[in-house]
Amino acid sequence: MTAQPERIVVIGASLAGLAAAQRLRERGFSGALTLVGDEPHPPYDRPPLSKQVLRGLYSADTTLPRPPGLRAEFRLGRPATRLDLSERTVALGDGSCLPYDRLLIATGTRARPWPDPEEAVLDGVFTLRGRDDAQRLGACLQAKPRRVVLVGGGFIGFEVASTCRDLDIPVTLLVRDAVPLAAALGARLGGLIGEVARERGVDLRLESEIERMEAENGRLVAVTLKDGERIETDCLVAAIGTLRNVEWLAGSGVQADAKGLRCDAFCRVLREDGRVAEGVFAAGDVARWPNPHDDDALVAVEHWGNARAQAETAAVNMLAGDASAMRRHDHLPDFWSQQFGLTIKLVGLADGADSFAVMHGALEERRLVAAFGKDGRTIAAASIDSARWLPAYKAAIRERAPFPLIADAVDQPRLLVQEP
Amino acid sequence: MKVVVDLNRCQGYAQCLYAAPHHFALHGREALVYDPSPDEAARAEIERAVHACPVRAITAYPDDTAAGEVA
Repeated sequence: MTAQPERIVVIGASLAGLAAAQRLRERGFSGALTLVGDEPHPPYDRPPLSKQVLRGLYSADTTLPRPPGLRAEFRLGRPATRLDLSERTVALGDGSCLPYDRLLIATGTRARPWPDPEEAVLDGVFTLRGRDDAQRLGACLQAKPRRVVLVGGGFIGFEVASTCRDLDIPVTLLVRDAVPLAAALGARLGGLIGEVARERGVDLRLESEIERMEAENGRLVAVTLKDGERIETDCLVAAIGTLRNVEWLAGSGVQADAKGLRCDAFCRVLREDGRVAEGVFAAGDVARWPNPHDDDALVAVEHWGNARAQAETAAVNMLAGDASAMRRHDHLPDFWSQQFGLTIKLVGLADGADSFAVMHGALEERRLVAAFGKDGRTIAAASIDSARWLPAYKAAIRERAPFPLIADAVDQPRLLVQEP
Repeated sequence: MKVVVDLNRCQGYAQCLYAAPHHFALHGREALVYDPSPDEAARAEIERAVHACPVRAITAYPDDTAAGEVA
């Protein structure tokens, strides 16, 4: 792979795809650059879709800014359908075929559809992933539905619940687990967010699931829960996770399954036999990579920050020539969520933590920084309305410094280490 | 114009609110909301916001549907 590439193809006209394209140009790549997208839209930003776009604040156009010198060709509204590693080509849904010297796969994820296909197509049943989804759901919310039922105890569910309350729409949030957001934030912080949601008028139901939906003339009118309760509703949002867009890679010889597209530490895609697929890289939600901050455990991180960072690393490595000049993808996962007026941020991955300590502030104040430990090491830190303190913990997490970092300090005489 | 803010970086210093009060706002203590597609007329204000951000979280480019595309 030492020859300098002349043609680079990016599959996924997304945050990751655009970030890679920008970095390629910044690094002096002057050849042909093509971005392929299955949606008709140029790359756009998703985080505002569950918040200000639904609420109708500002513009709904979240197209990402593109520098004038990008000189990229966009092939939009057509999905990639087949990868041929030996011919080094990608076939598109319109029958065309793109040759590449380097390929970036950033096909991301899609919303997991509601499992019952007849219920999934009812009027008033939504998922939220793309711009068109946000436009449809936003129109429904602006028309003031009687009650919104949200299914799913993740961040999208809570953010949409928050938006509904901002719009003064009654909302029921159904969470399958006993504590919401526990995988991402631990039970204490997840429980705190649940409390805040209830105070803001969300009818939060834990360990609750839908048994069936009821419709009249193809329109949702009510749901019945597993415990038998019936709730009248004309708007349901299924926020039940995502599926990775890897189906188009079937038969190509790369390692791809529901967990993601397997790549190495340099974002190079691996073949089924474990060898590197020459010239093929991956980034963003679809990529599954060895995380150096977790003993190289394989992980797929579905967050904005990783999409951009991984795409930039992949871009640099595409131009590196050989592996000795490549850069390891060592991004420390991070994310934010805004809901009920609070800003929640996390660095590192808290899933699997065995200990937790509030370092600044207090749970009762709803303003704090907390650190997470695992086997005596610091693995993550979270903030609620205290974002300025959070970056200070990144170095400790990268070093996997002893947990807790400090005990019995004069300003923290009663530092309490608890279960997360 | 098109605007995006890296909200991992944003720490709520609120300088963008002073620079471009019609296009950036805080909801609560530090939840930043902003106009992703402000009118071209706001360009000077938006550029002031970009420069004022102490953590360099704001990216903005002029709105041009053909921006960055091959002719």
